[in-house]
Amino acid sequence: MDTTQMAIVERVAEEHRHHKKAQFFWVWGALLLMTAIEVYLTYQNLPPVKMLTILMGLSLIKAALIIGFFMHLRYEISLMKWLTMCSVVGCLILMTLFYFPDAHRILKLGVK
Amino acid sequence: MAESALPNMPSVYEPSLFGTYSKKIGMWLFLLSDSLTFGALLYAYSYGRISTADWPTPFHSQSIINATIMTAFLLTSSLTMVLAVRASVDRDANAQRLWLIATMLCGTAFIVLHGREWSKLIAEGLTLPMFPAVPGHAASSEFANVARNVPQFPATFFGLTGMHMLHVTLGVIYLGVVALRRKFIPILLVLWLAAWLGTPSYSPFHYGAHVLLIAAIVCSIILWLKPKLYDSSDVEVAGLYWHFVDLVWMFIFPLVYLMSAKIL
Repeated sequence: MDTTQMAIVERVAEEHRHHKKAQFFWVWGALLLMTAIEVYLTYQNLPPVKMLTILMGLSLIKAALIIGFFMHLRYEISLMKWLTMCSVVGCLILMTLFYFPDAHRILKLGVK
Repeated sequence: MAESALPNMPSVYEPSLFGTYSKKIGMWLFLLSDSLTFGALLYAYSYGRISTADWPTPFHSQSIINATIMTAFLLTSSLTMVLAVRASVDRDANAQRLWLIATMLCGTAFIVLHGREWSKLIAEGLTLPMFPAVPGHAASSEFANVARNVPQFPATFFGLTGMHMLHVTLGVIYLGVVALRRKFIPILLVLWLAAWLGTPSYSPFHYGAHVLLIAAIVCSIILWLKPKLYDSSDVEVAGLYWHFVDLVWMFIFPLVYLMSAKIL
């Protein structure tokens, strides 16, 4: 590893030392709690579309917590955050556009 | 803080555009591409579900409880992984190794529980044409009918969860190499023999176990050709991969299991 890389690694490590350990336990607790809510809702036999909406909403929150805190993206510089997130979200939107013409059938067929 | 100029930087080099080191950027790029792989598989599953009128909901309470425990193991492994990263930046080698091993154990528990779930479903008739028939097990009508009438379900279910299980397995091996280096190779070979000889010949894991042998060969070549002490950057990059595997499961668990639950 060259000198520049070593200097950057050391600076990133120094930044990590300032993160409080307690926040990781809070995030872990929140993730477990949201999982418990998801399982609880499964046993409530909610209407499928409503269930799907709630589950995907909770999954997005869980994903944001994992990316932000566990993968440390919230501590990266703005360029890194925006490029990574915009590129993956953009590609997933493209996939949705390909998939969307048939997706309206959910209203006719429904999900069980 | 991250955008400030680096201290003692040699003048011939420019600061990193992304404010971090190359290995980490490389791993992020890999994870972005891998997220599209899983995105495509999740879309395929969802498309199959929406476009198939009699999509099955075969997961009883026992499967839901099993998948919930698997999720808890994976979430806990993410916590231990982040603590391993913290120990590595604190230069506490023992704690780093212990947290990495704890992460590997949680990952292994996830794989074992998932493997048992697969074996149970296959024995009950939810199978793919490529899987050998299970002798001595009368396929229950419910799962056999699902596999016969809606083949999209087992195809997308095994494809999606199998791809994820492969990622978790490779993640455990990756962490094993970072934590134990060459000492991990014999452990990996023992695991391969145990998985190969401990599973019946009709089980997909009997042949799937050879992934461990291939991994042992690849890891041996890497560790002997380029031995090194893994520093905090290596642990952090391995952690990124591990958290990504956890992240993907946060979508598979509700979409595949919770939305296909049969709670009576």
